[in-house]
Amino acid sequence: MYKRIAVFAVILLLASAMVFAGGRQEAGEIRIGVAGAHSGDLASYGLPTVNAAQLIADEVNAAGGLNGQQIRLFIEDDQCAPDVAANTAAKLVGDRVVAVLGHICSGATNAAMEIYTGENIVTVSPSATSPPLTQSGDFPTFFRTIAPDDAQGQLQAEFVAEELGLTSVAILHDGGDYGRGLAEFARAALQANYPQVNIALFEGITVGAVDYSAIINRIGAANVQGVIYGGYHPEASRLVTQMRAQGLNLSFISGDGVQDATFIDVAGAAAEGVYATGPMDTSASPVAQAARAAHQAKYGEEPGPFFMNAYAGMQAIVNAIRTAGSTDPAAIMSALRSSPVDTPVGRITFDERGDAIGVGFAMYQVQSGTYVELR
Amino acid sequence: MDFDYFLRLFFSGLTRGSIYALLALGYTMVYGIIKLINFAHGEIYMIGAFTALIMATVFSFTGMPTLAILVLSSLVALIYSSAYGFTIEKLAYKPLRKAPRLSVLISAIGMSLFLQNYVLLAQTSNFLPYPSLLPQVPVPRFLQGIINSQQIIIFTTTAVVMVLLTLLIKFTRMGKSMRATSQDRVMATLVGINVNKVISWTFLIGSFTAALGGILISSFTGQINFYVGFIAGIKAFVAAVLGGIGSIPGAVLGSLVLGMTESFAAGYLSSVYEDVFAFIILVLILIFKPSGLLGRPETQKV
Repeated sequence: MYKRIAVFAVILLLASAMVFAGGRQEAGEIRIGVAGAHSGDLASYGLPTVNAAQLIADEVNAAGGLNGQQIRLFIEDDQCAPDVAANTAAKLVGDRVVAVLGHICSGATNAAMEIYTGENIVTVSPSATSPPLTQSGDFPTFFRTIAPDDAQGQLQAEFVAEELGLTSVAILHDGGDYGRGLAEFARAALQANYPQVNIALFEGITVGAVDYSAIINRIGAANVQGVIYGGYHPEASRLVTQMRAQGLNLSFISGDGVQDATFIDVAGAAAEGVYATGPMDTSASPVAQAARAAHQAKYGEEPGPFFMNAYAGMQAIVNAIRTAGSTDPAAIMSALRSSPVDTPVGRITFDERGDAIGVGFAMYQVQSGTYVELR
Repeated sequence: MDFDYFLRLFFSGLTRGSIYALLALGYTMVYGIIKLINFAHGEIYMIGAFTALIMATVFSFTGMPTLAILVLSSLVALIYSSAYGFTIEKLAYKPLRKAPRLSVLISAIGMSLFLQNYVLLAQTSNFLPYPSLLPQVPVPRFLQGIINSQQIIIFTTTAVVMVLLTLLIKFTRMGKSMRATSQDRVMATLVGINVNKVISWTFLIGSFTAALGGILISSFTGQINFYVGFIAGIKAFVAAVLGGIGSIPGAVLGSLVLGMTESFAAGYLSSVYEDVFAFIILVLILIFKPSGLLGRPETQKV
């Protein structure tokens, strides 16, 4: 057994030595790290990112490279584990990459950012949605091409206060991780940005209860103009049906758990006029179609989760390095913020904190039996 | 938070309590006669609602008025679900009549799982919209905003069923046989009561009221899926225990107490704690009166 481990360790050492040696030989190349879960339970979330990076690197290299240099990818597996991710990050720093596409999971990304930040390595994550990654300001070199978890709450708050002009709302949730989280983000966004909106009620409801008359009475007694709901469609359809039956015609605003055709089927006429935030639909755009076709051609199957976000992230990195004309981190970051790029998830740039502008959620409303994107 | 609000909560508690009562009757009657917790009872409630939905859809193609659709589809569903209750007893419980009580209980749980999954496979796992069959008519002005016509229909129907059932048990020959069987099954056989027939009737009546509850609440809340019977069944079972399992007035009282507690807890405290308060009441009553509100203390036969 020990012998086997020893042999394995030697092979590993040799392999990494070869990587280092190989890395040092060529000077005229641009090194980009690709990190995420490539093995284990969550591999299906990480591998599409490798495909996206590979597709773009091949395309750019075939067309003469980036600023005259070839792109070389350094692909590292972090298994979505924070402790492994710290080692992965250290390894990529050792490989002297100029940018990293990754990591995949929020926890692992957080651990890796502790290392990249000190080394000034630009990192673009296709899938880490934890809000503090950008909002804490701890990681100035962090960017992402996916909307943070609280984006829906922000959008709901903005919509309630500015578009609908409501001054008093009730916030309900189903008590689950998703529903409660959504409701709390909406409450936080209202409290922080729109103090004129009074939150008269913040309540959980019981999933699967026989009926919701009691909580609806409570909404009626609270004298609010709208209800924000965090949860899924079965409870939402029951709530709106019973609210309408009791003559409460309030604005009902919910999230992507309700932005689903089943909700309209079940709630029927009561669903009319309900608002729900949902991901912007960009799958029909030419860039997205092209990315999908390229993936089909090379790998013979449909792209996996976060492929489009990863494709957008890699495009953004390549575009920023090209615009900056160098691999200086400050120049790359300023290019990311200022130079828009057409990606499968839309035309994006990044804001000061690193969140992509133009990626995220839109407000939908049920109009004659189907969800229609507003504005 | 005025008196109107109190009344609204009172009536939503009454609505809920009525539905629990329609279900709890079946639990308590079956328990009274064969000492079995019929866990498949909630599924009868679900099957009743599903059948009424299917029949209502079929009848709606004929262009009948809503009231006719309501009555016809409910009738078909009630008969169909009663037949289900009858068949379940014959298939899953009768062969185990002499087996230990635990075996029958396991058989009941198995039946419950079977029926849920049968409906899941034969119909759908999705939530389905339920047509609002109960007529929505304006209520007198002083009741407006406090109660709606659907709620009135739910608890008047329940009240009528309760009265009919009481009459049936007090004055008919079958009712007397039922009471006799529940007091002492062996003795009932000796005086010439056909116990198997009595048990079949108990299942028929219990399934009838459960299906009625299912139809009423589904057209009130407007949706259904294969799992609705499970939660309602558990709640009604709690109500039956609360009132004293085996006692028919107890089941009704227990259901009303449970419905009211849930409604007031959700209205005045927090709807997150709705279930918590329901179970606190159950624990308190069982601590101070272990046989339930109206249950008779059971003498252990050794």
